[in-house]
Amino acid sequence: MNLNGIRETSGALRSGKISCVELARAYLDAAERRNAELRAFVSLTEETALAQAAAADERLRGGGESSELLGVPFVLKDNISTAGLRTTCASRMLENYVPIYDAAVWELLRAEGAVLIGKGNMDEFAMGSTNETSYFGGARNPRDTSRVAGGSSGGVAAAVAAGLAVYGIGSDTGGSIRQPASFCGLVGLKPTYGAVSRRGLIAYASSLDQIGPITRSARDAAAVFDAICRRDGLDMTSRGREGVSGSLTGGVKGLRIGIAREFFENLPPDIDGAVKKAAGLFEDAGAELVEVSFPLLKYSLPAYYILACAEASSNLGRYDGLRYGYRTEEYSDLDEFIRRTRSEGFGAEVRRRILLGTYVLSAGYYDAYYNKAQKLRAAIKNEFAEIFTRCDCLLTPTVPVTALPSGGALSPVETYQTDICTVPVNIVGAPAVSAPCGFDTDGLPIGMQLIGDAFREDILLNAAFAFEEMTERKYLTDAALEVIA
Amino acid sequence: MKWESVIGLETHVELSTRTKIFCGCSTEFGGEPNSRCCPVCTGQPGSLPFLNRTAVEYAALAGLALGCEIHPRSIMARKHYVYPDLPKAYQTSQFDKPLCTGGGVTLSNGRRINLTRIHIEEDAGKLVHTGSEVMIDYNRGGVPLIEIVTEPDFRSAGEAVEYMERLQTTLRAIGVSDCRMQEGSMRCDVNVSLRAPGDAALGVRSEVKNLNSFTSVAAAIEYEYGRQAELLEAGAPVVQDTRAYDADSGVTVSMRDKENADDYRYFPEPDIVPVELTRGDIDRLRGSLPELPESKLRRYTEALGVTEADARLLTKYRPVAEYFERVAESSGNARMAASFIVTQMFAHISTEAERETWSPRADAEALGELLGLAQSGKISHNIAKRVYAQMAESGGRAQDYLSAADMEGVGGEELGRLCRQAIEENPKPAADFLAGREKALQSLVGAVMRLTRGRADAKAAEAELRRILSDA
Repeated sequence: MNLNGIRETSGALRSGKISCVELARAYLDAAERRNAELRAFVSLTEETALAQAAAADERLRGGGESSELLGVPFVLKDNISTAGLRTTCASRMLENYVPIYDAAVWELLRAEGAVLIGKGNMDEFAMGSTNETSYFGGARNPRDTSRVAGGSSGGVAAAVAAGLAVYGIGSDTGGSIRQPASFCGLVGLKPTYGAVSRRGLIAYASSLDQIGPITRSARDAAAVFDAICRRDGLDMTSRGREGVSGSLTGGVKGLRIGIAREFFENLPPDIDGAVKKAAGLFEDAGAELVEVSFPLLKYSLPAYYILACAEASSNLGRYDGLRYGYRTEEYSDLDEFIRRTRSEGFGAEVRRRILLGTYVLSAGYYDAYYNKAQKLRAAIKNEFAEIFTRCDCLLTPTVPVTALPSGGALSPVETYQTDICTVPVNIVGAPAVSAPCGFDTDGLPIGMQLIGDAFREDILLNAAFAFEEMTERKYLTDAALEVIA
Repeated sequence: MKWESVIGLETHVELSTRTKIFCGCSTEFGGEPNSRCCPVCTGQPGSLPFLNRTAVEYAALAGLALGCEIHPRSIMARKHYVYPDLPKAYQTSQFDKPLCTGGGVTLSNGRRINLTRIHIEEDAGKLVHTGSEVMIDYNRGGVPLIEIVTEPDFRSAGEAVEYMERLQTTLRAIGVSDCRMQEGSMRCDVNVSLRAPGDAALGVRSEVKNLNSFTSVAAAIEYEYGRQAELLEAGAPVVQDTRAYDADSGVTVSMRDKENADDYRYFPEPDIVPVELTRGDIDRLRGSLPELPESKLRRYTEALGVTEADARLLTKYRPVAEYFERVAESSGNARMAASFIVTQMFAHISTEAERETWSPRADAEALGELLGLAQSGKISHNIAKRVYAQMAESGGRAQDYLSAADMEGVGGEELGRLCRQAIEENPKPAADFLAGREKALQSLVGAVMRLTRGRADAKAAEAELRRILSDA
């Protein structure tokens, strides 16, 4: 049988066609078999998975109400803390770091009976768009293993796209959920800042980071989001929200979809065509296309890299080898110990961003960079607020490229530029969904991005769901694990 | 040439909240190393701070007590520096939008010390040197602090110390800190520069860090005065630097100069939402403030007639002030009660810790009653002292220790007889007095007191002696 999404998997478990333990075993075996090639996982969490699966079987036998996620295997990005299970951020610095506490999302999912198959590979400390900054080697794209799975949540996307997990949890600071979802033909939801607790998410840029699901469908994204969008009294920026699954009606009649020309400048024709074709289909289904303008788009990228690097330089200061993590062998005093530990423990991209961030916060440069970026942030927020008085969501491409070839096809700056469509969303804290909407000439998935006003995940997921229905799910990745029952 | 010193103080005070500023760990002093910490206060990856509301309110109370403006919206900020006792490599503090600005303290010489600001921040851990190893104890990490910054308004070490004492008295009185310098819950950095008297411009300053006693504050300032004056008089420049004071040698030592000063790279703390206090919150806090030591001092001296020196001692320690007020009330003579408490009781407790937690054995109302008897002349002062000693030893009321004879006192015929006896038995002082040595009379008074076993009133005895001797 072909167990594709959460609903199908949950149905099979409830009908007794397969037990949670059998299912977990099957996923673990498949992950074991394919991980050398895909590098989707940093660690497989076999013991935890089997124990959770056994407990889930117990709960199913006991009957009563339970979540759709009960017994369903998933992958968690390796920057989300799991007590007793190493959490590496795909960095040499944390190669052997085992957290002593659980992230809020992990607590929530565990309470629902979710089964953790493994920890997903990623760009080191979530800094990168190709997965190639991972200390363990980047995750490969299951569609074409000569290409990258994207980043930074590329391992999670690769695992889900290859059918090694039913769904995944990633984090998105500038596109890190949406871009790999786009590269792998999956649905990725970057929730509103504050919708999901960040407690236990190892920080890259605290004012931009947000946890969200990577799934095979909009419905799955809604189901996972519903389980994790709780207010957390221990995260001061957490606000939580109501679940959204009930909003997935598939109707888009009267939905005002904004099209901002700036997002479509210099696009490859197949991407431009696919997103515009999607716009046409929405219009055919009764949505209204509204032309809007976002002139500050071109400033979003520099503002983003200044803010993200500034916060990163601060957040990553704690890795000095004194309390946990990598320790250098050779040193003669404390200063040298810390210097060498950091130089050896962090990879090139992380060091680059720490240096940039330190620079933009330094006396004499603060006003020229950090302060200016903060002002841009406020201006971009105003522009977004204005846009959302005129439409209910924006439709844009997710990435101006499809999955890149492995092996450093682009320079660092060229790579940064591919984040142009996703970073404004984090700057304003808005929610956005990436959903598959076509294939390029090489048959690689193209993603469209739907951006909403704060806490309007319901509108975005419903639009993505409607699109799946009207295109008969033909752009969704259907690489689910074959399980012999 | 005499130089004028220009001094500013930055005082760190630990707030006495039950839990730390960003987590639920206990703030209690001491404890097994690293027994009072958690992922948040040791900066584990992914941990997030949660701001303790009580710490904010205590900081606002301190601001209100010192006359500051309390800002309804202030911003936490990250201050970056690298040191092993700071597990996140930044201290969460406040920068350009602090909780309190303005305010000040008027010293006994009438000079006004203006405050720049009071902001909230977290304390760091502590390095513990054990032989060849350095260990880190994070128990203190994350204890809430306020930093109280003054303008460079002090002109002497004495002013600085008086200000520190006043801060201590005030913050203790409102219950936001125990201000124990010996435990590090109050400590101070001083900025010192010199200039020629009359100069408006400030000289180059040095900053002496982490002074943990009033004596050190005074000594460090005096030392800096001497060091900088010597440089200036030799025509050498004073280098702006940060210095450490060594209490053993009484010397300050440069730690780093301006070029090597830390660049703290402050920016707004993204993990903590803006600190907000409504007008209603601020009014409620203002209303909850107890009578402040300064206004208590004025009330004691102006309305109750207590001497300023006594009033200063009494208002310095909250339990002492409370005890005094009860004794004053029941004795009916506040000035006498104050003087009795300061000389007979307070003088015998020497340590700060004992004074802070003062709770005398003698019941305040009973003591008041005893002093009332002395005041109205029903018993002599000597008897009052004797009875007090008994009450302090065994509790109880004055009546329990007073005999009928004590209550009668010694007067009239009996006093005259005993005075004459004293003069006869002590011809030398009597002769001395008659020869013009006024002081000799006291020795005769002493003799009368011995003869009456302290029942006589010393003033009455003196008057009687004077009358007899001048009649002779």
